[in-house]
Parts: sequence; C-alpha cells; structure tokens
Amino acid sequence: MLEQLSDLYLTYQSTLGYIGINALLALSVYVSLSCGQLALGSAGFAALGAYAGALATMKADLPFPLALLLSALLPALVAVPLGLPVLRLKGVFLAIATIGFGEVVRLGLVNWEYVNGAQGIVAIPQKASIWMISLAVAVTLYVLSRVRGSKWGFALEAIREDEPAARTMGIPSTRYKLAMLVLGAALAGLAGGLEAHFTFMVAPNGFGFSRVVDMLVFAVVGGAQLFWGPVVGAGFLTVLPEVLREVAPLVGIEPGPLRMLVNGLVLLLVILYLPAGLVSLPRRLRERRAAP
Amino acid sequence: MGQQVINGLFLGSIYALFALGYTLVFGVLDILNLAHAAVFMVATFVAVALVGHGVHILLALPAAVLFAGLLGLVLERVAFRPLRARTDSNIAGLISSLAAATIIEAVVLEIWGPNITRFPFGTLPEGPTNQLRLLGGTVSRLQLTIIAVAGLLVLALTWLVQRTRLGREVRAVAESPRAARVLGVDVDRAIAAAFFISSALGGAGGVLYGLAFNSISPDMGRGVELKGLAVIILGGMGSMPGAVLAGFALGLTEVFVVANLGGSWRDVISFAGLFLFLVLRPRGLLGAAVTREA
Repeated sequence: MLEQLSDLYLTYQSTLGYIGINALLALSVYVSLSCGQLALGSAGFAALGAYAGALATMKADLPFPLALLLSALLPALVAVPLGLPVLRLKGVFLAIATIGFGEVVRLGLVNWEYVNGAQGIVAIPQKASIWMISLAVAVTLYVLSRVRGSKWGFALEAIREDEPAARTMGIPSTRYKLAMLVLGAALAGLAGGLEAHFTFMVAPNGFGFSRVVDMLVFAVVGGAQLFWGPVVGAGFLTVLPEVLREVAPLVGIEPGPLRMLVNGLVLLLVILYLPAGLVSLPRRLRERRAAP
Repeated sequence: MGQQVINGLFLGSIYALFALGYTLVFGVLDILNLAHAAVFMVATFVAVALVGHGVHILLALPAAVLFAGLLGLVLERVAFRPLRARTDSNIAGLISSLAAATIIEAVVLEIWGPNITRFPFGTLPEGPTNQLRLLGGTVSRLQLTIIAVAGLLVLALTWLVQRTRLGREVRAVAESPRAARVLGVDVDRAIAAAFFISSALGGAGGVLYGLAFNSISPDMGRGVELKGLAVIILGGMGSMPGAVLAGFALGLTEVFVVANLGGSWRDVISFAGLFLFLVLRPRGLLGAAVTREA
C-alpha cells in the first residue's frame, strides 16, 4: 500500500509542483480581485521573478533562498511605480493597461541579448522542491486567512463593494489597492522564481497574454471570493489535462483541443451558473436540497 | 519610402477593420469581447473551406462574413446576455468571452489541426497586371482591393451608425440603456445588432488578412487581439473615426519600425503606446473627455 502510494507520488510529483506554482500565480491575480481590481500584470511579474531568480543563482551564485527573495522583491518594487498611475484606471481599463505592461516585459526580454532573447535561459539548476513550493502556498494561505475578518480584510471588502463609499468612510483605498498589487506582484515573482528552478528553463513566450489568462481562469473557476478558491481552481485545472489525456482516445478528440474545449466549457458554466466558483458548489447543492 | 507607406496603409486597413468591430461593442456595452479575435480567425477558416469546395472567393467572402455575424449573435446570446443584470457584468463578460474564444479555438483546432492552412492556389486571379507602380513603390492588386474593401466597409458602418434608425438605437443604448428603454428602444435587439455588425466586420478583417498573408492558423487571432486593443485605446474609447485613424497610424508606425529598428521591436511600439496612452491620455486621440469609470 505504502509502496503504491510512493509510486503514485513519483508519477505525479511534477503535477504536484505545477499545482503549487499555478496556485501561487492564481493567488497573485486573486489578491487584486479581492479589492475589486482586475489587474492582469501577473505574467509580467512572474517573468521578472523567473529571470531575476535564474540570473541570481546562475550568474551571481547566490544561495537559493536569497535568489527566491530577489524573485519576489524585484516585481514588488516594479509594482509600486506601475501601480501609482495605473490604479487610477477602473475595471476593464486597468486590465488592458496591465496586459500592456506584461507584454512590454515579455517583449523587452525577447529583445535582451544577454538572456538569449526569445530562446530564454536554459539549464537552470533544479533547486525548487515540492516541499518548498508547498510551503510557499501554505504560508501565503495562512497570511490570507489572517487578513480575512481583520481590519484589512473588511477594508478590502468595502473597496470591492463600493469604492467611493469606502473612501467616504475614511478608508485610504489607493493605498490598499497598491498594497494588493504589490503583494500580487511578489507572489507572481516568487512563483516565477520557483518555476524557473523547477523546470530548468525560462523563456519570455511562456509569460505571454495566454499565461495570465490561465491565472485568471484558475482564480475564477475556483472562486475569487474566498482566499482558498484560487488554489482549488489551480488544482482542478492542473489535474484536469492529466485526466483528459486518458479520456481523449475514448471520445476520439485529440488531447490538445479536448483540453481547450473542456477548459472553455468549465469556465463558461462557472461564470454563468456558479459566480462564486467551484468552492461554492457544496453550499449551492445543500441549498438546493434544503429547498426543493 | 513610398513602398513603406503603401505597406503601412495596407496593414493599417486590416487593423482598422478589426478594431472597428471591437470598439462598436466596447462602446455600446462597455464589454471587452475577447472572442472577437476568435471570430476573426474562424471566418478565415470558413472562407478557406468554401474556396476548397470550389466556391468563388467573391461568394465565399460574404458567406464567411455572414457566418461571423451569426456567430456574433450566438455569442451575445450565450456569453453576454445572461450576465447583463450583474453588477460586475463587465468583468464577468470579459471572462465569459474568453471562455467562448477558447471553445471556438478548440473546435477549429480539432477540425483543421494546428498547422498553417492556406487558400488554394488560384483563389485570386493572377495576371501580368498584378503589380502596379504607385508612389515609387509596387503595390499588388490584392493589396489595393483590400484597402478599398476595408475603406468601403468603414464608410458603410459610419453611414449605418450615423444615419439609420438602427444606428440611432445603438447609440442611444450606448448612452444609457435605461433611458433608451424608456424611449421605446428594444435594447436587447439593438445590442444583438451591434454584436452582429461587430462580428461581421471582424470576420471580414479575418478573411482579408488571410488572403493577404495566406498563413492561416487557429492562433492567428491572438496577435491581432492585443493590437486591436491598442488601436481602440489609441483611437479613444467608443470612437469609430478614432479607431480607423489609430489603425492606420499603428500600421504605418509598425512598418517604419520594422524598416528602421528591426522586426523584433515592432510589437513593443503598440504595447508601450497602449500603456502610455492609458496612463497619460486615457481618452485617446479622438475620444470624449470622460473619466474612465467602469
């Protein structure tokens, strides 16, 4: 039994790692959503973190924890001057501006010869292990669980529900929104640093628009109203392709398109019928059973 | 120099066509329809399939455009109408349009595969007069036709929006859906019409793009999608003349950047421009001076 379990663990070790990394990325989008801001710069922040971390271990020979610190710190520092002007924009416009930022980062890296342009950095030492990734997710969740129900948590909720009203109540909404953007940037950067040292390589095109869309989808499908929703979403949507690969031959559709089709359908169904995400499913089912 | 102007105008006319439909819906509903690029792509595949079955391109083009328009109606019905009453409808709509785009791309990928598809040889009549000399550069008849078709569609849309009853209804809904409803406008119908026109224009842009570059793949919409966003913002939210102007400006700029700085800098311009405009001049080139409240 134990042997089978360890076999299972070895087979799906990398999947576990990806779940953790994707969870961090989903949380990086979630923290801004928690105060009602759709900021989509996380792919750019993750790219900055991944490159900073990879260069720190490979060129500067820094110890890995220090490199990870740098991975989180650099995007967080970039987020401050980015956020000050950009956070004045609302709704879709904030999303567009931050998408623009992410693309500028990606294209800057493509044009940077020192890091091999579009080919990216390869042969990064594998230093990130499953337990480190899990620890990062656990610490993040702990911090977010402390925020919930605190003065900070209520302030964020107030801003999400009605920003002008929150300001009238004396909540400095810009400061909170900036803090969440910086926290999201740090989380994305940390995930990028972990990913670089988990998959041995980083390339700018791994951090394009479709990557940040993935992060948003994880957060929305899991549920963007509770802090553990994005983790559930990342877990569900990271495991789903593994399952679909087995199912694909049975339904006669190629695994690639099938994965996209199911992802799209899941996202559409969730946004239409489960706006609070998969984590609200048990409650919804209970309510339905209670009131026939 | 002349050659670059021609190439820039040509590229710009396709950007303009794409962005025009994009901004029509964006202006009316305040919803970013991220499935617009998927419609652009799928229309091209439909045209290729029709031509492959022996349909003449002059029939295949309108058929593909019609298909795109109908797909727009389906999108509106499935992905946008159910969300309209929600308070966060613009973010929810963005997400549901992403879902729709993923589904469309998956279907195309399953039917046609990931490889590059091309229009069969001889789709467009070839001849010795194919190349014309103009402004010190050469221009193909195809390029001229595309610029002309794009120009015609822009004029037709302007007429439709400014002069017809439907156009007035759409503009009324853009101003205030509630007031429009009070005044007897069928809001649902006006919005559906906007989606039909928007998607048809996107489809036309796609087919023309496919004919021009003849390299058609399920992910061809991705590059244009973000460029289209840049064009809308540069032109000014909801401003159709702005979108056309910005489309041409972006096309010309890109061509000159490629010629003078190299191809890898091309996309930096549009995104850096997008970003700077949003931060420094959020109303774009021709947009009205309104605050960007969601």
